[in-house]
Amino acid sequence: MAKKSLNIIESAYRAVMEEQDDTILWLLTAMQGAGGVHTVVLRGNAVNYAIAGQGAPGLTVGEWKQTQAPRMDRDVVDLIENRKIPVYVVEEDLAERGIASNELVSGVKPISRRALPELFVEYDIVSHW
Amino acid sequence: MMSRKTLTFALMDAPYESAKLTTAFRILDAAARRGHDINVFAYEGAAALAFTRQSPHPNPVHGKNLAEENHPTTKDQVAALLAEATKNGGKVDWVNCGMCVDERGVGEFVPGTRRGSPADFQAFLDASDNTLVIPTK
Repeated sequence: MAKKSLNIIESAYRAVMEEQDDTILWLLTAMQGAGGVHTVVLRGNAVNYAIAGQGAPGLTVGEWKQTQAPRMDRDVVDLIENRKIPVYVVEEDLAERGIASNELVSGVKPISRRALPELFVEYDIVSHW
Repeated sequence: MMSRKTLTFALMDAPYESAKLTTAFRILDAAARRGHDINVFAYEGAAALAFTRQSPHPNPVHGKNLAEENHPTTKDQVAALLAEATKNGGKVDWVNCGMCVDERGVGEFVPGTRRGSPADFQAFLDASDNTLVIPTK
């Protein structure tokens, strides 16, 4: 039986344009598909991934154009709805950045920093990305 | 009319690991569109940017085949930068740090880029109107 894994994601937008996704969300999605049991906590700048309606234009260099630029909100929704990976966002990190809860995609779960230790004990592995 | 300048950029990040290269390519593209002469010193991981054996891939997690994913490669971006500069009357002197290339086994470059050394970067610094270093961290 797969170990339960909690994944705290803090590094945000690191290579999303070049990879057309977040490499850690991608990795967890692939591992979930391979039988893993994963949960995500977005903290720090990564809470931005949960803001609905975001997206950067694709990169253009001369005649070369990127056609599949990433949409992180879409990928978070995909985690929740299609991959059945719960996604938490740290409330204090949202507040520090002036992000209101009604700006977030549906399905994400706000969690306070003080509640994190209680969440940790539910998992076999806690990873900080 | 804006005068033509010589601009030098030092890049250090490896492809597919950083947002900084996307920003760098946006700036390089803007400079090429304005016809400026561009020097690039591709140092450390950035020596792989012009490696011609990079391959796009399908993405099963995205549910997309090779064509649908249309995965970007930095070698294509480098080639497009060279073409854009030429089209607008500028030129790009893209130097791949030779020792960095050897360490990484990425010695097959996009045509129009070349192998070089820190001496090339020094020459770029001395001859340029301005230099922007985009370091890795």
